[in-house]
Amino acid sequence: MTLGTDRVNKVDRLAELTARRDGDAEGASLLRETFGRLRRSPMALSGAVIVGAFLFVAVIAPFVAPYEPGAQLWGREVMPNQNVFVGPRAENWFGLDHLGRDQLSRMLVGARNSLLVGVVATLLGFTVGAMLGGVAGAAVSLGRAWGRRLDAVIMRFIDMMLAIPALLIAVSIAAILGPSLPTVMVAVGLAQVPIFARLLRGSMLAQSHSDYVLAATALGVRRPRIVRSHILPNSLGPVIVQATLTLATAIIEAAALSYLGFGNPDPATPDWGAMLADAQRFLVGAPELAMYPAVAIIITALGFTLLGEAMRESLDPKLRK
Amino acid sequence: MSVLELEDLKVHFPIRSGVVFDRTVGHVHAVDGVSLSVETGSTYGLVGESGCGKTTLGRAVLRLVDITSGHVRFEGTDLAGLSGEEMRRRRSRLQMVFQDPLGSLDPRQNVESILAEGLEVHGIGQSRADRRTKIVDTLERVGLASNALSRYPHEFSGGQRQRIGIARALVLEPDVIICDEPVSALDVSVQAQVLNLLEELQSAFGLTYLVIAHDLAVVRHISDVIGVMYLGGLVEEAGADELYADPMHPYTKALLSAVPIPDPVVEDAREQILIPGDLPSPSSPPSGCRFHTRCPWRQPERCDTERPELREVAPGHRVACHYAEEIRAGELRSRSADVAAGTPPPA
Repeated sequence: MTLGTDRVNKVDRLAELTARRDGDAEGASLLRETFGRLRRSPMALSGAVIVGAFLFVAVIAPFVAPYEPGAQLWGREVMPNQNVFVGPRAENWFGLDHLGRDQLSRMLVGARNSLLVGVVATLLGFTVGAMLGGVAGAAVSLGRAWGRRLDAVIMRFIDMMLAIPALLIAVSIAAILGPSLPTVMVAVGLAQVPIFARLLRGSMLAQSHSDYVLAATALGVRRPRIVRSHILPNSLGPVIVQATLTLATAIIEAAALSYLGFGNPDPATPDWGAMLADAQRFLVGAPELAMYPAVAIIITALGFTLLGEAMRESLDPKLRK
Repeated sequence: MSVLELEDLKVHFPIRSGVVFDRTVGHVHAVDGVSLSVETGSTYGLVGESGCGKTTLGRAVLRLVDITSGHVRFEGTDLAGLSGEEMRRRRSRLQMVFQDPLGSLDPRQNVESILAEGLEVHGIGQSRADRRTKIVDTLERVGLASNALSRYPHEFSGGQRQRIGIARALVLEPDVIICDEPVSALDVSVQAQVLNLLEELQSAFGLTYLVIAHDLAVVRHISDVIGVMYLGGLVEEAGADELYADPMHPYTKALLSAVPIPDPVVEDAREQILIPGDLPSPSSPPSGCRFHTRCPWRQPERCDTERPELREVAPGHRVACHYAEEIRAGELRSRSADVAAGTPPPA
């Protein structure tokens, strides 16, 4: 009898001790902890600064660009055929391009188009890919025979897309739709679909074998609810990281498509890929013309990659304290 | 009265292979014909080495894995024959505590939502506030303060996480709780706390436990009846003290002789039974007695060909060995006695 009471007292004392430990502080969810860790990571910080600067420039570009990006204001001063170019000077900080347009203005306005393509293409790839992958993953996780068949059909389709190189898909789509900015968006976006689909499905499958899913089953939770409220939310981390990384790829691929001539044909709306394509012809005479857009693309892609990598690291459960 | 009865329970997992079409090339006999019964309000301890099928057995009782054949009777109803929805509704009566306290808790749920989930799906409690009262009560019962409600699993220590796992099972007011290695992931000091908590809850709520563990000390501490499993089958079953005092099956003898005794004189003097080799593959279990490949008392012919039934040798003491009585009476010499006497074992 005394033994029993003693034990009860011990449990009470334990409850008291756990209560006192950190007062009545709210629990920190994983998401909040991840964000906190992200804020302390130098990698995330540098990525965020680059991306932030890029976003800022893209938004304010039309207001701060010193000249009209499409106007050949100094057309007579540049003679590409005679190898006469104009480098940086007081009124044109980045010099003039081969048609005598202000390079700085074109770079600034070009940032806007590159960002637009990157974001829209990534959103498109993410939405379509996550939907396909989510349906396939959910179908398998439900554990019925028809679910596995549905999954097989979707995934073989995805495999087919994956078997064709992304750029080839993009080029085919661009060839069908004709050169324009939306074409580039759709082409780059669709090329990302299989990656998102596979990633989400794989992540869902991994989660569906976890112990807490088993625990939920033992609790008597219905399968659809388990998929919706346990498997899916826990599978999204890697997909969100992938989306951040894809922004970098999308900007590069959009540049590649513009470079190949599938971008917006209107010379008045510059983008970095098209500028790179134009500059290629004068690579010997004026290599700096190619350098500006190339370096801009690299730095922007680097910014998104840093941010994505930092997010992945802070989401990685192995690095959690 | 027994609340839970297993009759010739078998769980076989198919081994599939094939490039285009899956072919079943064999089966893993994870649980291969286990019959046992658990008395209401008592604790049945199941021990055995890794891979002997004890975890699968626990999961099969809850239908978390598919039962190949046999019956699981819970208060007379055969769970093996129930439809998915019928089984789901009964789950509030049969709960489980998992081995990995962190892995079995969804990292995105706070404690309140972990505990509320079971109540919601079984329609217990009228309102959120109603359920919260119940959850706070249960948390207190397992030794957690109510400020744990809004916190997340990763913010707790191992022992506290296991308390959350126990609370999750307890909040549904089950009759039977299956504890799958409830303390093996915890520090030794915390193990005792959690085991005491389990005992306390048992006496307070009249719970019936099926405790699965590989730690003999843990099982002895908590169990009334102990079953020893080897390669998917039950080899011996007896009351806890009886089993430790008088193990009859060679495998149980070997297991118990591996536990060190904290007295150097006794420890040096006693006979240690060594069993050679590894656990045979459960996909092609040995013929006859499953243990004959490693048994120090193996006799020719009969042990290799005839699978021994679990038979009552003494009151309440069941053993699956053809020669249990002879071994007990010392009529058979073990080969490990030869080893102890200095004859080197064959390489």
